[in-house]
Amino acid sequence: MTQQFSLFARMGKDLPTSVLHELTFELKVLRVMTPEPYTLSSQHLMDDVKTIMRERRFSGIPIVDDGELVGIVSVQDLMRAFEEQALDAPVKRYMTSKEHLITAMVDEPVFEALKRLEQTRVGRLLVLDGDHRLVGMLTKGDIMVGLLRALEEAFNKEEEQRRQQQPRRFFESLVSDETSLLMRYRVRVNDFASGGKASAQIKQALLQMGAAPQLARRVAIATYEAEINLIIHTTDGGYLVAEIRPERITVVAHDTGPGIPNVELARRAGYSTASPLAREMGFGAGMGLVNIDRCTDELNIWTAVGVGTRVEMVFIVTEDGVKAGK
Amino acid sequence: MKVDEIVKAIDGEILTLPAIDVDVDRAFAADLMSDILVFAQPKMLMITGLTNPQTIRTAEMSDMPVILFVRGKRPSETLLEMAEEIGIGILVSPYTMYETCGLLYQAGMPGMGKLPIVQQN
Repeated sequence: MTQQFSLFARMGKDLPTSVLHELTFELKVLRVMTPEPYTLSSQHLMDDVKTIMRERRFSGIPIVDDGELVGIVSVQDLMRAFEEQALDAPVKRYMTSKEHLITAMVDEPVFEALKRLEQTRVGRLLVLDGDHRLVGMLTKGDIMVGLLRALEEAFNKEEEQRRQQQPRRFFESLVSDETSLLMRYRVRVNDFASGGKASAQIKQALLQMGAAPQLARRVAIATYEAEINLIIHTTDGGYLVAEIRPERITVVAHDTGPGIPNVELARRAGYSTASPLAREMGFGAGMGLVNIDRCTDELNIWTAVGVGTRVEMVFIVTEDGVKAGK
Repeated sequence: MKVDEIVKAIDGEILTLPAIDVDVDRAFAADLMSDILVFAQPKMLMITGLTNPQTIRTAEMSDMPVILFVRGKRPSETLLEMAEEIGIGILVSPYTMYETCGLLYQAGMPGMGKLPIVQQN
């Protein structure tokens, strides 16, 4: 047991002390203890203790009478009963009684409990709640596992933060004169059920690459509007192509018709030619292109009636994801 | 406002919980997804009577953590599974859109405030 503790202490040398320090003080007993321990009553026989300890590999069993903790029986107590050939004696005779129990409270810092385990040299602490009821047991092994788990969580959290802070890291390991990632999606006309799938996947990819949430949101909203436009307005659906570069993201929505007769008008708020079905799905408010314009750093539309439309949306990558000009 | 406070204010029901324990800071009500997409913000509650996949997608794109369906409209299982997978909370209100909004406003949930009046076509 002391070895486990010193192993932990050695580990500590490679870690920022602030993290360890914080953990042992912030981590409460509740989070590392073994809850709802197995118990016996004081009327059980030492023979029962022997059976349970052997079968379940326990080295100490709390003794509870009518819901109240009255003692603990350990392997040492069992050995005494053996020596005295009194396995038929009740637990009551050999257990450590209430007034000598070494306990910890659920809301105590792990640091305090660990100190008590060291000082008293007992194998385990009985964990009590505010009403002095037994709610768990705590060994150095429990603390070890709990601290490692908490360390891992803290480490993951830090990794996540580091990832968030470096939106361009993904590209750093790839060497070329110009590196980009291309994602291409087919969008079918009137396929409202899958509407938004492509945009959602592009958003996920951006977040995984470490883009700022606000950038991912801007790209997702504009792409989603463009995706819905392909579903609502085209004769044969179209394609969404997202090109992701370290410094800019370009999403192009292109289709093969019918083309927009009056782009000026289409870009105006409230103008819509959407079908009743599109309106039923919550679109056709005439806000699509207006909203795209709001989310992009650059918006280019080429269109010809009978030929098709190409909507190019450009987003500049910024550290906080906010529009570059703002 | 926390999810359980919202549900309490409208005597509603939680169908799925949001992935994060969110503290909603304002609400926006509409049946037009395009309108919602214009004003959407993280930590904003979406109130709508439209129960189709586009409501979930709209929330997903714009990081809206919770959707409240009005008039006792319970969305399909497929839709709930989709919301659960993405981590969006789904609530349902037994009141109409008007009354749902009124109750939440009364309980202290702010909206977007006064907006400029613009000419539409």
